[in-house]
Amino acid sequence: MAPSTPRLLRTLLPGLLALGRLALATPPAPPGVDPMDIQAPPPPFTDGIFPCSSCHDPKTMPPNPRRRPLEGMHADIELHHGPESRWCLDCHDLLNRDRLHLVGGEKVEFTASYLLCGQCHGDKLRDWRVGVHGKRTGSWNGPKQYFLCVHCHNPHSPRFRPLKPLPPPVPPDRIRARK
Amino acid sequence: MSDDSSRHLRMTRRNSRRAFLGGALAAAAGALATGCGKEGMEAFLQRNFRELSRDDLDRIIRRLEGEAQRKYGRRIRIGAEPAMQGVVFGYALDLSRCVGCRRCVHACVKENNPSRDPEIQWIRVLEMEKEKGVDLEAADAYYDPAEVPREGHFYMPVQCQQCRNPPCVKVCPVGATWKEKDGIVVVDYNWCIGCRYCMAACPYGARHFNWAEPGIPSADLNPVTHYLGNRPRPKGVVEKCTFCIQRTRKGLYPACVEICPTGSRKFGNLADPKSEIRYILENKRVFLFKGELNTQPRFFYFYGV
Repeated sequence: MAPSTPRLLRTLLPGLLALGRLALATPPAPPGVDPMDIQAPPPPFTDGIFPCSSCHDPKTMPPNPRRRPLEGMHADIELHHGPESRWCLDCHDLLNRDRLHLVGGEKVEFTASYLLCGQCHGDKLRDWRVGVHGKRTGSWNGPKQYFLCVHCHNPHSPRFRPLKPLPPPVPPDRIRARK
Repeated sequence: MSDDSSRHLRMTRRNSRRAFLGGALAAAAGALATGCGKEGMEAFLQRNFRELSRDDLDRIIRRLEGEAQRKYGRRIRIGAEPAMQGVVFGYALDLSRCVGCRRCVHACVKENNPSRDPEIQWIRVLEMEKEKGVDLEAADAYYDPAEVPREGHFYMPVQCQQCRNPPCVKVCPVGATWKEKDGIVVVDYNWCIGCRYCMAACPYGARHFNWAEPGIPSADLNPVTHYLGNRPRPKGVVEKCTFCIQRTRKGLYPACVEICPTGSRKFGNLADPKSEIRYILENKRVFLFKGELNTQPRFFYFYGV
């Protein structure tokens, strides 16, 4: 026996509603593009400084783990990031200078330095992953560039650097009619 | 009277008004309004964007592109991309991160072709005192220190809030401004009569009037435009932020999002539960500017800390 119209409606309606909601919920990404495809630009190294191993070759420069003031190279780096309890080798790896390391010793590429930052700033890492903290550029429904922590914060001195503001608007009393 | 018959009556009235204009006054008024022949008359009699057929629209866009090219000596593209299915745009701004550097203001000017002289800016950044909170009487838009952020201050950029319940649309006597399906409030510059009711109605100061012929150096003109967005405007019309309709309908972020050095500006699809904008609305402390007015903005301020 064929089901009556109201019964048919009752059966189909939830499905139709769900379909409608699904259609509304799907962002129209361009074909062949994963909307969650996130790429970070390379870290902002000083020119010519990377790879670090080009100077820090264990054969010519034996690694020195002793905490000391730096002389010669890197003397320009001022550590304003908990300097009492922290120094270079807490983040930079002693034996492989082209990598960073986590507290547990796990090596991390410079392009994934957010893992290192996230060890202490877990709430910021969580917000960064979902796009609340930090900056994304590109396409709202397609591929994005995802700025690393170090693009905005100097890891040695993380406080956001003050900026010169661009010019203010012309106040109304200074607007003159043109001839 | 049923909806259909009242709509028919309105259409008939409109048609007869247009027919009257076309028949009796067009030549004189057209010549008066623009000082030229057939093209001027066509412009004068042009219908509202929403009533245009595809063919009419193509013809009008060709005419407008030609006019802009003659005026600025450059090739200008005027797009008419429609709203995408299943997209409602939303914007969020992190008040705890904005440093008031005005990069957004000037990127917006570069992208959207407003007049440089006299100056029109669609985004206004208000400097406020932390002690007073969001207090418009204590806000300053003309701050100019050597460096920002200034001690004890925070910054609140204000632009069109793309209201769900837009007072500007309600008061327009000619239907020259309306809300698109993706939530963007737009203006048909060719239909605007310059009465500025919408400016009086907008509680955010988001609408701006071209009192003089817009002064844009030809070299500064952005040639990639949209009919309802950043195409060059004539004197005597109202203009506003359109969430960079010419960019966002192609999937790009608005210019102010792209430039913001602190990543305070967030943009996306409110209808997509996986979007960053939805995450912010569901997980952060969000407030609406002048929420008590029930304009229901699609522009949200939040505290990311």
